[in-house]
Amino acid sequence: MDTNELNAPGYEIPPEVQGQVAITTLDRIYNWGRRASVWPMMFGLACCAIEMICTAASRFDLARFGMEIMRPSPRQSDLMIVSGTVTKKMVPIIVRLYNQMPEPKYVLAMGACASGGGPFKEGYNVVSGIDKFIPVDVYVPGCPPTPQALLNGLMKIQEKISGEHWRTSRWYQKGGDQAEIPIPILGPDLIDPRKVEEYSRRLAESEA
Amino acid sequence: MSEMYGKGILKGLGVTLKRFWDTYWEDAIWLFRQVTRGERRYRSPEGIAHRASKNTRGIFTVQYPEEKLPVPEEFRFVPFLVYEEGPNGEKVMRCTSCGICSRVCPPQCIWIVRTTDPETGRPIPDPAEFYIDVDICMNCGLCAEFCPFDAIKMDHDYELASFGRSVYDKEKLAKPVAYYESIRPLNAARENAARAAKEAARFATSAKPEA
Amino acid sequence: MTAPAPVETLDLAARFPDWVTADARPGYSGWIVEKDKLPDFARALRDDLGYDYLSSVTGVDYLPEGKMEVVYHAYKTTGGPGVVFKVQVARQDPVEVPSLVSIYPGAEFQEREAWDLLGIKFTGHPDLRRILMWEDFAGHPLRKDWREPYFEEEFKPFKSRWPEGKFQMAEDKARLGDNLSFPAGFDPQKKTDFDPEKALYEALRQYQKTESGLETEHLLVNIGPHHPSTHGVFRVAVVLDGETVLSLKPVMGYLHRNHEKIGERNTFLMNMPYTDRLDYLTSMSNNFGYALAVEKLMGITPPERAEYIRVMMAELTRIANHVWAIGFLLNDLGAYFTPMLYAQEERELILDIFEAVSGSRMMCNYFRFGGVARDLPDGVLEKVRDLAFERLPRKVDELEALLADNEIIRSRGIGQGVLTAEDAIRYSAAGPLLRASGIPYDVRRAEPYSIYDRLEFDVACRPNGDIYDRMMIRFDEIRQSLRIIQQTVKQMPGGPIMAVKPAYQVRVPPGEAYGRVEGPKGELGFYIVSTGKSSPWRYHVRAPSFINLTAFGPMCVGQKIADLVAILGSIDIVLGECDR
Ligand code: SF4
Ligand code: SF4
Ligand code: SF4
Repeated sequence: MDTNELNAPGYEIPPEVQGQVAITTLDRIYNWGRRASVWPMMFGLACCAIEMICTAASRFDLARFGMEIMRPSPRQSDLMIVSGTVTKKMVPIIVRLYNQMPEPKYVLAMGACASGGGPFKEGYNVVSGIDKFIPVDVYVPGCPPTPQALLNGLMKIQEKISGEHWRTSRWYQKGGDQAEIPIPILGPDLIDPRKVEEYSRRLAESEA
Repeated sequence: MSEMYGKGILKGLGVTLKRFWDTYWEDAIWLFRQVTRGERRYRSPEGIAHRASKNTRGIFTVQYPEEKLPVPEEFRFVPFLVYEEGPNGEKVMRCTSCGICSRVCPPQCIWIVRTTDPETGRPIPDPAEFYIDVDICMNCGLCAEFCPFDAIKMDHDYELASFGRSVYDKEKLAKPVAYYESIRPLNAARENAARAAKEAARFATSAKPEA
Repeated sequence: MTAPAPVETLDLAARFPDWVTADARPGYSGWIVEKDKLPDFARALRDDLGYDYLSSVTGVDYLPEGKMEVVYHAYKTTGGPGVVFKVQVARQDPVEVPSLVSIYPGAEFQEREAWDLLGIKFTGHPDLRRILMWEDFAGHPLRKDWREPYFEEEFKPFKSRWPEGKFQMAEDKARLGDNLSFPAGFDPQKKTDFDPEKALYEALRQYQKTESGLETEHLLVNIGPHHPSTHGVFRVAVVLDGETVLSLKPVMGYLHRNHEKIGERNTFLMNMPYTDRLDYLTSMSNNFGYALAVEKLMGITPPERAEYIRVMMAELTRIANHVWAIGFLLNDLGAYFTPMLYAQEERELILDIFEAVSGSRMMCNYFRFGGVARDLPDGVLEKVRDLAFERLPRKVDELEALLADNEIIRSRGIGQGVLTAEDAIRYSAAGPLLRASGIPYDVRRAEPYSIYDRLEFDVACRPNGDIYDRMMIRFDEIRQSLRIIQQTVKQMPGGPIMAVKPAYQVRVPPGEAYGRVEGPKGELGFYIVSTGKSSPWRYHVRAPSFINLTAFGPMCVGQKIADLVAILGSIDIVLGECDR
């Protein structure tokens, strides 16, 4: 955040102290700090992960956004970049990793596969988008999104963080959102515990 | 085995130091170029081109979003539909809803509804609806390659991040011919020439019997 | 090895009259072996005839004929054409074929895959578990009568897209509103105590107990699928005694994207962009292999200029892949990111060329049957020249000088993770892994394709088969690739780039073909069966990353756990290809 933005909180500063004091709101300074130090999880799934690594590497340099510290541990990261095809065999692990991330946490679906299934959507082992299991904040289309497209998506995440308010943001409310997401089960096919009733209903319907 | 331990580390640090030094050395050279020729190293096309050339030294980073790596003409991201301006400013789609693109599309992410004439019930060469599920599209470019009417092309715009899932309809996909010509000038010129030649040939054959 | 070995006419039917008959189906070649005689036949083939390298094993489901077939491709590591042999069994459960693991240990994972996806039981296989799907999964998906939940039609294009293409998501059409199908009578609300790991852990405990006299507890450790050093979603389960690996099982399938099932619904051309996503670091090579296989079936050869462009692109891919592999191996050895960032610069410059030529940095989709998609744009040849003659030779030397005699790399690399030459052949290792063990086997020389017989280059080879050699051989290969690129730049002919008119529906005559190229990771093969329709009947990929992993377990046993990561890095796998 540049000084102009910091100095203009929407309150009038008397001319005699201009340039000497900075007034800001708690939200602004808090969000400014948060959005300039988003730590993504070092977590690659498929082809898109290669472009994610390129984004972090020499040419595009994620460090310019304060995101260079890619943490392999979910406990230390704020952002999950779901970079690639989500398969049924992998989804229990992804959900578990998401549960382990501390709040506030964000999810960026990188590429067609993570956003909506992608070219492999019709496959029997492929999940049609990670948003069926965990909440996604930003979707980046492309197959794969180029590093610049990913950076554009990361800036959208920053934009989203800036727009949050500590009183209304879902992370600081009681209840609901913080509940752990039940881990899907690998049975004869992938079973989402949240949907078993729906499955039974639909099975009964289609048999009738 | 080397007899002196730590040699590898020193060498590594040396290489890193050289890169560090190169960055500032290049800066000095560019300062000279800026004074003499007005060329800048950062935030300028010539600077970015230099960093993507064989001579790049020192810093290699392209500072998106202030600097953007230029995309080559053939670059492909998601497809778009080309329309031409009609005489009254209306959009005339080049697409004839022939369906070839939806048939070649490998993940089958194009949905096309043909327009039918309300009176005769016969199809009109104009798509009533045209959907591309961008979150299935694999950016392969086959649709653009095989469209016989040059109606669907691959876009250069990659800044499409959004807060929701993307399914593009006809409205969202349509872009003017001028835009197409601006992003792919060589291709557009080649296609225009081919079309003109075809027109001329057809004109010639159709004119002959009358003559 | 410059000239290919002379083609000897091999009449196996005369040699083994009771065991073997020639495959007489039109468009097919090779030999059909009696099921019960298969192990004897394979042993004779290996020991008496010298076909010591089993390249590919796969199954085909001939549903209309009511048959299942297992197809084997074997080669000699001294070069020359291979031999194809098949076993046919009735398509009635249980479909049983004798396992060849005891003769060709390289068949281990491939047989497991055929069991997983096609339900062919290999009797005598030491560890026949599912490999790509999980243990409880219902059905064998590559069987022709198995339908995925989003099934629409047998072959693409689907009618629902045009002309009445009302947009509808697959989810809304599917019976369960999701990509799901349950076997009849299954109640998702009742049974929830599935344990996908049970069989794995049982198999993992089958190791040779050593008598040390000391009562120690062995530790079971899982690395991955989410782990920074497994190069993607790969998992290794190990049993440790202290820090020493006693037993190791790789677990894969976390990126199993059903490439082959989708490929059998796709038309021939549609598969081209899908092959990009096999080994996503080397899409041009994948295109090459697939194009070769289909061109073999179609009986066309691309024009001269296209061949040169193809080879140039394939070799650039090899360089891009190897600098990446070296960078990541260094990451795994603890030189966190810095060498990788340096290597990455060169890769980025090569990707710029791919982007200019094909339109995409990674997913090139550039080859077509009978040529390439478009000619080189202006200025690209100059860029390649700049890189191949000036920058890359200098930078490769620089990188090598930085790494080659670093004491940490030497002490962690030399003598660690050794794969002997005999083992490398036995386990069907391919590419740099095989050549670093002292076997100068390179498909480009052993069975030259495209224009490689005209180009001058040496097959890089190193004798020791340890981690260090596997790193250094990549430098050698980069140098050879640079030589090839320099020749293609100098000799680049003019002329057309397509032998046939570009078309989206190609006519492929019935028959089978196996096209193989030397990809950066090793021998990449495509086995294709066509019935004359617009889609392949069988489309199988012989993925080097996948088969190279067969040797991973034996290489690690007895080593320290910390070296496991380095050994894996030195094999250089990509999960997209490994799991497909
Ligand atoms: S979106 Fe494309 S590039 Fe990304 S993981 Fe999926 S197939 Fe690979
Ligand atoms: S975009 Fe081209 S190929 Fe597709 S329907 Fe329209 S005219 Fe036909
Ligand atoms: S680019 Fe490829 S995947 Fe995307 S719409 Fe066109 S043909 Fe389909």
